[in-house]
Amino acid sequence: MATAREVAIRIKDVSHQFGEPGDMRFARALQQTSLDIMRGEMICLIGPSGCGKSTLLNAIGGLMRPTAGTVEVGGKPMRGPLPREIAFVFQESALFPWCTVIENVELGMVFQGVARGERADRARKSLEAVGLKEFMSHYPDQLSGGMRQRAALARALSLQTGILLMDEPFGALDEQTRMILGEDLSVLLARAAKTIVFVTHSLGEAVFLADRVAVFSARPGTVKAIIEVDEPHPRKPAFVTTDKFAQLRNKLYGLLHDEIRKAAELAVAAEPAP
Amino acid sequence: MIAPRQRRDALMSRGLQLGFLLALILLWYFATASGRINPVLLPNPLTVWHNLVQVLRSGEYWPDLQVTLSEIAVAFAISCVNGLLLGYLISRSQYLIAVFEPLLAGIYSIPMILFLPLFVLFFGLGSWSKIALGAVISFFPIALNTIAGFGYVDRILIRSARSMGASNAQLLRYVLLPAALPVVLTGLRIGFTVTVLAVFGSETIASFAGLGHRIAQLADAMETARMFAYIAFAVVIAAVLNALMAVVESRARRQ
Repeated sequence: MATAREVAIRIKDVSHQFGEPGDMRFARALQQTSLDIMRGEMICLIGPSGCGKSTLLNAIGGLMRPTAGTVEVGGKPMRGPLPREIAFVFQESALFPWCTVIENVELGMVFQGVARGERADRARKSLEAVGLKEFMSHYPDQLSGGMRQRAALARALSLQTGILLMDEPFGALDEQTRMILGEDLSVLLARAAKTIVFVTHSLGEAVFLADRVAVFSARPGTVKAIIEVDEPHPRKPAFVTTDKFAQLRNKLYGLLHDEIRKAAELAVAAEPAP
Repeated sequence: MIAPRQRRDALMSRGLQLGFLLALILLWYFATASGRINPVLLPNPLTVWHNLVQVLRSGEYWPDLQVTLSEIAVAFAISCVNGLLLGYLISRSQYLIAVFEPLLAGIYSIPMILFLPLFVLFFGLGSWSKIALGAVISFFPIALNTIAGFGYVDRILIRSARSMGASNAQLLRYVLLPAALPVVLTGLRIGFTVTVLAVFGSETIASFAGLGHRIAQLADAMETARMFAYIAFAVVIAAVLNALMAVVESRARRQ
């Protein structure tokens, strides 16, 4: 893609630990992580469980402050949530169960401070975009898991932020629903021209969606390698069947495999003696 | 939509319930009509009915009803304010929840009516001992449910609202309140039922006035038919109060 592009998010030497050394729950989640995320790119963070990818995402979104290091968004250091610039999609659809789908989308804009007259219109448009036009008056528990994530995505899109952070948004869905949502997401996001940071466990999802994939090492996590996926958006479903896809996926697998082993050994070692 | 079959089943079970009650009254009637049961111990239901009609016609129940209702109202109002306020404040900190929730639950499991003599010592035989007991007993379910309602709101909902820029006031109004409401309302309903029980119970044990007092007095005087009439009246009053509470609750739930 184009070379001299603007940096949207700059992560510099970010480390984070939970608790203090000596605490029972003490854990070093991130160590000296640095990463520049370009405006308009889709970057996937992938790595073993507990490597701190979600922690990093929360730090980018201003939902927590890292123990050390800085996160800059648009050149300014991060101090707290920036609802006008950054929207989230969480793993469990964080929809409010007492609101209908359209009320959920509108409530996001209420929090963000969008004028009343504009809300309904924007909510309707974003719900149409994700294919939930017929389900606007349904409550979240009347929808399937995939539809709930579509609604959560619609809410995030309606906020019209430049940056979208997605924390394993399809993690709880079955393989087929995941595939369809991934394809639709690629189409949607190609149109939206947003900067997207996407945390995932799925190798295929990472290669299918991302411009770049950042591979994290085992805990304490840091960026071990970055893989470029040079393929125009929106990605065609047939991309999955190409040799290019398979090669990239295998390369990722190789990079990840050692780290996952290491993480598993760490987890066993951390288990208390019986 | 309820399917016709389901509706028929619902009607059937309602009919059975009614039939069961009717059978009980009939059994009561025939047992007492034979004359083998001492009417002082168990009066005939028809005699009870005549007494009830008399009580209602004469309006003699009014002073006692007023006392009982105002005791219930004041006691419930006090426990609502205390329970909601303290419950909410405790729910704001995980530490306070960890300290107070087991403590309150533990105290709640003590049969508080045992302290009635103490309350009578403190507040006298009049209304205030009943109000105090009712307010103390019902404080616990209200406070505990308020803690549960506000303290265990799904963290992801709070994070999600924060990420979209919700202020503290917006978080309370759009997230915490609607999330906590069902649980808090349940606490209020339990608290109300418990208040009614405590007031009636303590009036029966030691008091100057009130429906419970009247019932105990009639039992002492061996006027069992009149006593049953008053019990029936008290049951209807309690049922009406609970029905009113249920209406208020379902209204609040719909919002």
